[in-house]
Order: sequence, then structure tokens, then C-alpha cells
Amino acid sequence: MGKWVAGILAVLLLSVGAYAASNAAEKASRTAKPEIVIDRSKSGDKCVEETSFMRKNHMKLLMHQRDDTMHKGIRTEKHSLKNCVNCHASSKDNSVLGSDEHFCQGCHTYASVKLDCWECHASKPKQSASAPVAHPVPAPATQVGADRK
Amino acid sequence: MASITFREIEGSSPRYWFLLGFIALFAALGLGAAYYMEHHGHIVTGMNNSIVWGTPHVFAVFLIVAASGALNVASIASVFGKVMYKPLAPLSALLAFSLLMGGLTVLMLDLGRPDRLIVAMTYYNLKSVFAWNVVLYTGFFTIVAVYIWTMMEKKMNAYSKAAGMAAFIWRLILTTGTGSIFGFLVARDAYSSALLAPMFIILSFAYGLAVYLLVLMAAYTWSGRPLGDAVLKRLGKLLAVFVAASLYFVFVYHLTNLYFTKQHAVEHFILVSGGIYTTLFWVGQILIGGIVPLIILLNPALRASRGLLVAACLMIVFGGLAQMYVTIIGGQAFPLDIFPGWEEKSAFFDGVVHQYIPSLPELLLGLGGVAIALVMVTFGIKILRFMPDSLADAEIDPHAKT
Amino acid sequence: MNDNQPSHHSSNEVDEHRRHFIGASAALAGLTVAPGVVVYGLAHAKPDSEPVTNKVRWGLLVDATQCAEGCTDCVTACHTENAIQTGALETDPHWIRKVELKDMRTGRSQSLPVMCQHCEDAPCVDVCPTGASFKRADGIVLVDRHTCIGCRYCVMACPYKARSFIHETLTDQNPDVPRGKGCVESCTMCVHRVDRDQQPACVEACSQAGHNAIIFGDLNNPNSDIAKRVAGHPTSQLRADLALNPGVRYEGL
Repeated sequence: MGKWVAGILAVLLLSVGAYAASNAAEKASRTAKPEIVIDRSKSGDKCVEETSFMRKNHMKLLMHQRDDTMHKGIRTEKHSLKNCVNCHASSKDNSVLGSDEHFCQGCHTYASVKLDCWECHASKPKQSASAPVAHPVPAPATQVGADRK
Repeated sequence: MASITFREIEGSSPRYWFLLGFIALFAALGLGAAYYMEHHGHIVTGMNNSIVWGTPHVFAVFLIVAASGALNVASIASVFGKVMYKPLAPLSALLAFSLLMGGLTVLMLDLGRPDRLIVAMTYYNLKSVFAWNVVLYTGFFTIVAVYIWTMMEKKMNAYSKAAGMAAFIWRLILTTGTGSIFGFLVARDAYSSALLAPMFIILSFAYGLAVYLLVLMAAYTWSGRPLGDAVLKRLGKLLAVFVAASLYFVFVYHLTNLYFTKQHAVEHFILVSGGIYTTLFWVGQILIGGIVPLIILLNPALRASRGLLVAACLMIVFGGLAQMYVTIIGGQAFPLDIFPGWEEKSAFFDGVVHQYIPSLPELLLGLGGVAIALVMVTFGIKILRFMPDSLADAEIDPHAKT
Repeated sequence: MNDNQPSHHSSNEVDEHRRHFIGASAALAGLTVAPGVVVYGLAHAKPDSEPVTNKVRWGLLVDATQCAEGCTDCVTACHTENAIQTGALETDPHWIRKVELKDMRTGRSQSLPVMCQHCEDAPCVDVCPTGASFKRADGIVLVDRHTCIGCRYCVMACPYKARSFIHETLTDQNPDVPRGKGCVESCTMCVHRVDRDQQPACVEACSQAGHNAIIFGDLNNPNSDIAKRVAGHPTSQLRADLALNPGVRYEGL
């Protein structure tokens, strides 16, 4: 039994050491703070809340809105993810993802926090907000199926 | 009766490490397959929107059912006070714990979003049989762990009977829960039967004991410890009873369905026209998994051969996997009848038998679950005292005929 | 307990909402309104900030006698609206499909769309371990993809083959209709449109094609077209033997 305890301790000590070493290395080559340009012509001057508040709390607002919309059908625009994307999509390619210069991805890479929204949610605003009928039309069904076979 | 000494196996020979490495390789392949499936999505598996549960579930449910059955040996010792089974109990508990771990790992890694395991642990819909099972699995781990502790720690020995009783009751509830995952599905003809719960319990007795016997024989042979015929004879006879009872339940289940006119189509599918499912049912589940092992186990001359005993156990395991394949995949392959009396046709495969071909990643994931269970057992008997030094006839029962 | 127990939740919510609403409308109108009248008004004018209520039960009526064989406009409209790419593979998602029926004895043929039946006692909601499958107060059955773990037990439980599992990474989703790999999904009755007082895409397409074989409306509102039709004509439920009380009814089947 004794040698097992010793073994486990050794592994623990080694991993702590390795972690400390990697941390030191990381500090030396730390990711640069992202430079994110927000297109003011689209978004206006202000976010829906104070910037400092949003930096700290956007996830709470989104989570709250997420459950309200999903379960109760509350569809207020202000704190919705769609509203975020509408303002913060890059003026270059109309997306919040794609590189470290993009709004969501840039900051989340810097903060090293995994994004779990965009597997399902569209990272681009709706093509034409004024004409809700204009959705991207998928290719004819048979062709799509054949492509993927 | 001589006092039994439990001891760790030495486990320092190259052969031990080769064995451990060999099993661990399969565990690693399983994890790799899960990562591959997770990365690409289930499109790389044989599963589809009609057959949503595939080979991983065949292995997972088999392992979970066998886990509950593997605990039987310990239960017989603690609950029914059979002295002879006492030395066999700790290994039985370890095997039960490990098999459940292997099965649950497969089930978890097959999820569409395995990264959301925490959601499965924190959001409960109390009406869901699955949610009940999450509670049952957690409870099983806890109770079996406590049970092992009461058996191994001298000061706790007094509580071992109580812990054994709790484990026995819990495992019956657990397998009721497993069977009910299917039994409560009102939508599908092959399921929606209260009989599935008790049937799964009986099947678990057979599968669990077969796996236990295989592990017992392998561990004693490979570690060079004596294993007498008395133990094997007793367990072999018990296994025969379980296999016979399993066949009886399967018979009653199908007989009931054959009497109900509305069930005739699904019965015809499984028993006659289902292709691979029909073959697996008759040849795999009934012949290889039931009748042949029964002949071996009931015949004293055949049963005495260790080679044939091993073969019988392997056949029961194979039959168990075949049964799970027929139950889980065959049950889904038979189409839902949304419009009785009408012939149905649609772009979503209404009214036709659904196709499923197992893929390599699924198979590797399933085998990975088996490997995880075996790694735990192989390693467990090295670090803790699960196995008696000797199970020779003289140790077990001085009056046994040799 | 958590947020995903609509049954507990909604009743409080509803009462509160009703009080607010009655109070507000009475004050606005300056006269006493009979409670029944208020309820009718409620069905078609929900402010974005108000939760949905169980005063409404959204439903569909499929008139099989008007549904044209070979016409798949409703299916196409669904795919366009919800940005669904589908094809001939058994792994492809289907929220709505046209089923061609042939009577085994007489040979009579019929054609009709089948989608999620939005059951009152939905088996998918019962079996979902995390509560991700849920029924909104207004009767629409949905999957909360934030808590769906992709176990597919709901697909096993659904008697209508209404659910699909997403087998591969998706792109180009409609911002109003989030969808993604590893989760189960089904017809949402175009909940994002319904919440904006629009009709589901399939209903609109069917009416544009001149068939009017799918009617959408509030089954709880006796003055709605759908409730009148259901009250005045013989309609049936699919798998009525299961007693799930689906929100989708069929006429002429």
C-alpha cells in the first residue's frame, strides 16, 4: 500500500511542477490583447448596457434571456444573442467569429473561455432584417443528399 | 473450514503487464473512437434517424445488466448466508463495480453532447426512466463500494450482511430500471411490456455469472492459484438454472406477443422474416446463448471439463450480446405503424424496415467499455485483497469429493 | 427542481400574467371586460415581454381531402424557413414529411403531411432525462438545445417518428432557428413566427398553393377557425389509442 501512496504523491508533485513551469512559459509569450474594431455606424455609440457591466455580466444576461425565450416565449430584443450579433458582427465579413479580430472569438480566445453558442446559433445577422422572407435557400434536396453520399 | 486468506496478486511478471497493456490498448482504442465520433458527429457511425441506438448501446446495456448480475455471487454469500460463496464475494463486487463503470462510459461517450455530462448530473426530469437510472447507477456505485469496504475492513465485517442486503435489493431495482428503459416505451411494438423488467433481471443473473466465472477462472489460472472443482461445479449448476430461466422468460414474452394479433407483425419480423435479427435470435440468443451452454452445464461429464465450461460461459456472453442486438436494434428496425391498416411511404422511411450496419468506431467504443471494466478488475486485484490465496476444494469445503 | 419544469412554472406565471393583463386592459378600456373576452384577445396579441400562457393551445388541422398527392410545398417551406438541408440519407433530418398512404384492403390512396404532433402528454417530454424536451404553456413541444445531451431516448419514445438527431456539423442556420450537431430536434410549429403572430411556414405555403389543407390556430379559442372545424367536423388523432391528445388533428382520414 505504501508504495502506491508514494507513487500517487510523486505524480501529484510532478504535475504541480509541470503546471508551474508551463505557467511561467505562458507569461513570457502571453496572447496579445485583442484589438477589436466595432462598427459604430451599425451599432451606435452604446451597447445595451455599460461596457464595463457587459464585460463582466454578458453571460448572465444571455443565460437569463436564453431560458426566458426558450421556455416562456419572451422575445425582447435588448439582451438577446441576435441583438449582440446584429451590432457586433465584423463590418468585413458580417460575423462575430472567424479570427481573433472578431468580436466574440477575439475576446474569448484572449480570456481562454470556450464558446458554446455557435454550434447552433448563427454567427451572422439575418441576411435582410427588413424582409424576413429572404432566407438562404438550400440546394434542392436530392442534390444535397447526393453530394454527401 | 480453514480460514481464508485474501491477498493481492503479485502482478509484477511481464505476462501481467502484457495482459494489462493489451486490455488497456482496447480501452484506448475505444476512447479514440469516441473522440472520432464526437468530432465528426454520428454521421461516421452506422446509426441514423431510424436506428438511433446502435452497437454502443448493445455493449453498454449488456455491461450494465451483467454488472448487476455479477453481484449475485456476493449476494448469495451475504444475503442467503451460503458459506461457500463467502470467499468469492469480494471479486464479485469488484467485477460488478467495474462492469457498470465500463457500460456507463460507453453510454456517456456515445451521447451527442458528451461534453454536457454535467447537465445530465444537474438537470433531472423526475418522470424520465433515464433520470431514475442515473440515480440508480450512482447508488449502485456507492452501495457496492461500501459493501466492499465492510467485507475488507475487519472492524466493519459485522455490517457486511446489511450492506450485502442493501446491494442485493438495489441491484434488483437497478435492473428493473434498465429493463424499463425499453419496457416503458409505449410507442414501439417490440417494447412496451412490463415483462421486460423481470426478464432483464433473469438475463442479468445469467450474463453476470458467466462473466464472473470467466474472470474467476482466468485470474486463478494466470496467477497460478489453486481453483478447485467444487467451486466451479456449484457455480456451473447455478448458471444452468439461470440460463434455463432466461429461456423461459424469452419464451413467455414471445408467446404473449404471438397471442396478441396486433403484435403479430413484429413477432413475424423477429422470429421469421427479420434477416440478421432472426438469425441472431435463433442461432445467437437461443442456440449458442441458451441451448448449447445448457446442455454443457447440465451434463456432469461435460461440465467437468474446464475448457467446455469456459466455452459455455463465452457462448452465454455471445448470446447476451446477440440478445441485446435483437432487442435494441431489431426493435428499432421494425417500422412504427402510425397508420394501422394503411401501407405507408415517405421520404423519411415510413413503413419500411430500417437499415443499420455497425461501423468500426461503434464496435471499438463498445469493446472499449469491456476493456475499461477488465482493466479495473485486473488492476484492482493487484492493489487490493479481492482474491483468496486458494480456492482449492480442501479450503472451500473439506468434505468435498475430489 | 430547476427551470425546466414547465408544468410547475407556467401555472404561476399564467396567473400572474392574467392578473396583469386583465388589470391593464380594464384600465385601458375604462370598462369592465368579461373574462372570456379578455382570453380571446390574448391569443393574438402577446407583447414580446410577456410569457406565453396556457390559455392558448396552438394546434394544426390537416385536411387530408385537400392535400394534393405529390405536392411537397409544405415540406419545402419548412426546410427554407428553418434552414434545413436534407436529402435521401437516413441520417438526414425531417421535421415534416409527406406520407403517401394506400389502404391495404381497398387500395384507396391518400396523401398527408406528418410532423411533430405536439402532444399534450408527450412521450418525448416524459422520457427526457434532463427536461430538455418540454412543452411550452401554449402546447408547443420543443427541445431546449442548451440542456439536450443527445441521448436520443425521445426519438425512441416518439410514436410519430417526428424527431431527428443531428449527425454532423451544421452551418448557415437561420438566426431565429438555432440548430446544431449532437442534439435532437423536431418541428417547432415555427414558434419564432407564432410568437410574432405569423403562421407556421408550412401553413402559409399550403395556403399559397391554394390547397388550404393545413390550418393553424388556437384550439382553446372557440371562435378560431381551427376550433370551429374541430368542433363541427369529424377529425382524428394519429395513434389515438395512445391517448396523448396531440395538438395536430386530421380530417378526412
